[in-house]
Amino acid sequence: MFKRATNHQEPAVQITVDGLPVTARRGDTVSAAILTAGCVEPYRYTAVNGTPRAPYCMMGVCFDCLVTIDGIGNRQGCLIPVSDGMVITRQNGKREIES
Amino acid sequence: MSFPESLHAAYDVIVIGAGPAGLAAAATTAEAGLRTLLVDENSAPGGQIYRAITTSPLKNSSILGKDYEAGNDLVHTFEKSGADRLAGCTVWSLDRERVVGLSCGGEARLIKAERVIIATGAMERPFPIPGWTLPGVMTIGAGQTLLKSSGLIPSGRLALAGQGPLLWLYAAQILRAGGHIAAIFDTTPLANYISAALHLPGFIFSPYWTKGLGLIREVKRAVKIVTGVTRLEAQGKNKLQTLVWEAGSRTGSIDLDVLMLHQGVVPHVNLAMAAGIKHEWDAIQLCFRPVLDESGNSSIKGIMIAGDGAGIGGAESAAERGRLAAIDTVANLRPDALAQIPSRDNVRNRLAQTMRGRAFLDHLYRPSKVFRIPQDASTIVCRCEEITAGEIRASIAIGATGPNQLKAYRRTGMGPCQGRLCSLTVTELMADERGKSPEEIGYYRLRSPVKPISLAELASIPQDETAIKAVVRG
Ligand SMILES: Cc1cc2nc3c(=O)[nH]c(=O)nc-3n(C[C@H](O)[C@@H](O)[C@H](O)COP(=O)(O)OP(=O)(O)OC[C@H]3O[C@@H](n4cnc5c(N)ncnc54)[C@H](O)[C@@H]3O)c2cc1C
Ligand code: FES
Repeated sequence: MFKRATNHQEPAVQITVDGLPVTARRGDTVSAAILTAGCVEPYRYTAVNGTPRAPYCMMGVCFDCLVTIDGIGNRQGCLIPVSDGMVITRQNGKREIES
Repeated sequence: MSFPESLHAAYDVIVIGAGPAGLAAAATTAEAGLRTLLVDENSAPGGQIYRAITTSPLKNSSILGKDYEAGNDLVHTFEKSGADRLAGCTVWSLDRERVVGLSCGGEARLIKAERVIIATGAMERPFPIPGWTLPGVMTIGAGQTLLKSSGLIPSGRLALAGQGPLLWLYAAQILRAGGHIAAIFDTTPLANYISAALHLPGFIFSPYWTKGLGLIREVKRAVKIVTGVTRLEAQGKNKLQTLVWEAGSRTGSIDLDVLMLHQGVVPHVNLAMAAGIKHEWDAIQLCFRPVLDESGNSSIKGIMIAGDGAGIGGAESAAERGRLAAIDTVANLRPDALAQIPSRDNVRNRLAQTMRGRAFLDHLYRPSKVFRIPQDASTIVCRCEEITAGEIRASIAIGATGPNQLKAYRRTGMGPCQGRLCSLTVTELMADERGKSPEEIGYYRLRSPVKPISLAELASIPQDETAIKAVVRG
C-alpha cells in the first residue's frame, strides 16, 4: 500500500512476516514495514467477526495494527520499531486453545 | 528496551508525553533543578507534530516544511536540561496519589512523583462512514506518520476526504514528496464559512492566515477538489475498492486503493479520565476536555495537563502551556529557582499570541453532524467490538440511557482501544437520539489500565517487604 519517497539511506533490517522474509529500514515500525512489503494482505482478521483490517491511526489509539511479535500476541505494530531477526506473525481471527 | 539502572525510585516531576508540551515542560522543570522524568511510548521524541524529528529520513528536506524543523530546538533544549527520558515506555495507570504505572520492554514499574504533568496530546476525531474499517481506509494522520517516520507515500490511487488544516498540510507534503492525489473531498459545511467570518479579524493577524492560504493554493493547483461533500461511503469486499460520494445533489464514485480521512483532532482524554480528573463538554470544539485552571492544574491536586490534551490550541501553544505548567510546578516545589527559568508573564503573553486565530479555525472546521453521528444503520461505530449505529439505536430504544449502560447491552468501548475510537460518536449519537446534551449523556467511565498490560508485566513490579507481608498468611 505504501512505497518509499526517497532513496532511503538508513541501514536495512531483516525480519520475517508469517515466515516470509521482509526487508525493512531502520526507523520503520512493524506496521510500516508490513504496509510497504505488500506481500502480506490483509494485515489481520478481527477476533470478533473475522473481518479483514489494517492499521488505521498509526499512533497507538485504534489497535487495528495488532500482531504477534517474537511469540507475544496483541502488540501494537505501529508503535514498535523493527529490529533484525524479528519474527512477526499475523493474527487471524480468534485465538484457539492448543491441546 | 527495558528500564535503565539509572531510573530513580521517585521523581519530583513526571511528564507523560514527549510532544512540544511535554518536551518544554520537562526541560523547564529540569533546568530549575527538579528531578524530572519524561516518558513516551514512542521510541523517538517529538509527539505528533514533530514525530521522528531526530530520526526522519526526510530530515533537512523541503518536504515536511519549516514548521516541522522547529521541533529541533525543543529537543536540543530538552537534551541539555538534565531530565531523564524513558522512550518506548507506555503509561498504563495514574492515580490520585500520583503513582504512575509504566510498562517498558515487557516489564512494569510503579513510580511516584510530587507532580505529574500529563502531555498526551490529541488524537484524530473518529470519522465513522460506511466502510471505514476496510483495509485501505486510514486517517490522514496515519499517512503523515508514515511519511515523517519512514518517508513513505501511498502507492496506487489515493484520495483524501474531510477537512481541517492537517488535510491541506499533508496534501502539500505528499505532492512535494512526488506523490499523486486523485481527488480531495472537502466536507467543510458551507454554512461554516459564515459563522467563521465573524472571527476573521483575529485570524488575519495570525501566522496561520498566509501559511494556510499558501498551502491551499499549492494543493488546488495540482489536485481536483470536490467541495460541500455531504456523504461518503467506502466500498470493497476485503479491501477498499470504490469511494461513493454525494455533495448536495451531485453524486459520483471513484476507484481507489487508499482513502485517508480526517476531520480535526480532539484531546486524548483516556489517561486523565481514568485518573478521575473532571472533564466538561466543549460545545465549540465538540469534545470533552479537562477542567483546568490557568496554569493547567486539574481537579486532582498535583496533577496538571498541558498541550492539546488540555483543549486543542496547536503545537506552538502546546509548548507554551507546557512551560506554564512547569513554572507553576517550580513555584510550588522550588520557588528559589524561579529566577533561572522564563517568567510567567512572558510565557502568558506568548501563549496569547499563539492562540490568535484559533476561534476562526474552530468555527470553520467544526465538522458536520452527518459525519459525527452516522446516519446509515450499517455504519460501524465501535471498531473493536464491530457494533453498528443501527444496533446502538436499537439498544437506546429498549432502554440504554448512557454510554456505561450501553456497555452491558453491546460491549461498546470494551475492546482493546477502550473507547478511544467510538466514545465521542456514542455520546453524540445517544444525545441526539434522546434529545439531551452530550454533557448530560457523559462519557464512558474509564479505568486503568488505559492500555493493555500482561499479567507477566504486572508480576514483574518489584515488591517491598510490607507489600509481600500484606498478602502472606501465617
Ligand atoms: C496524527 C496527528 C498528526 C498531527 N500533525 C500535525 C502537524 O503536522 N502540524 C501541526 O501543526 N499539528 C499537527 N497535529 C496536531 C497536534 O495535536 C499538535 O498540535 C501537537 O503535536 C500537540 O502537541 P502536544 O505536546 O500537546 O502532544 P503530542 O505532540 O500529541 O504528543 C503527545 C505524546 O504523548 C505520548 N503518549 C500519549 N499517551 C501516552 C501514554 N499512555 N504513555 C506514554 N506516552 C503517551 C504520545 O506518544 C505522543 O508522543 C497532529 C495531530 C495528530 C493527532
Ligand atoms: S494503527 Fe492504530 S493503534 Fe496501531
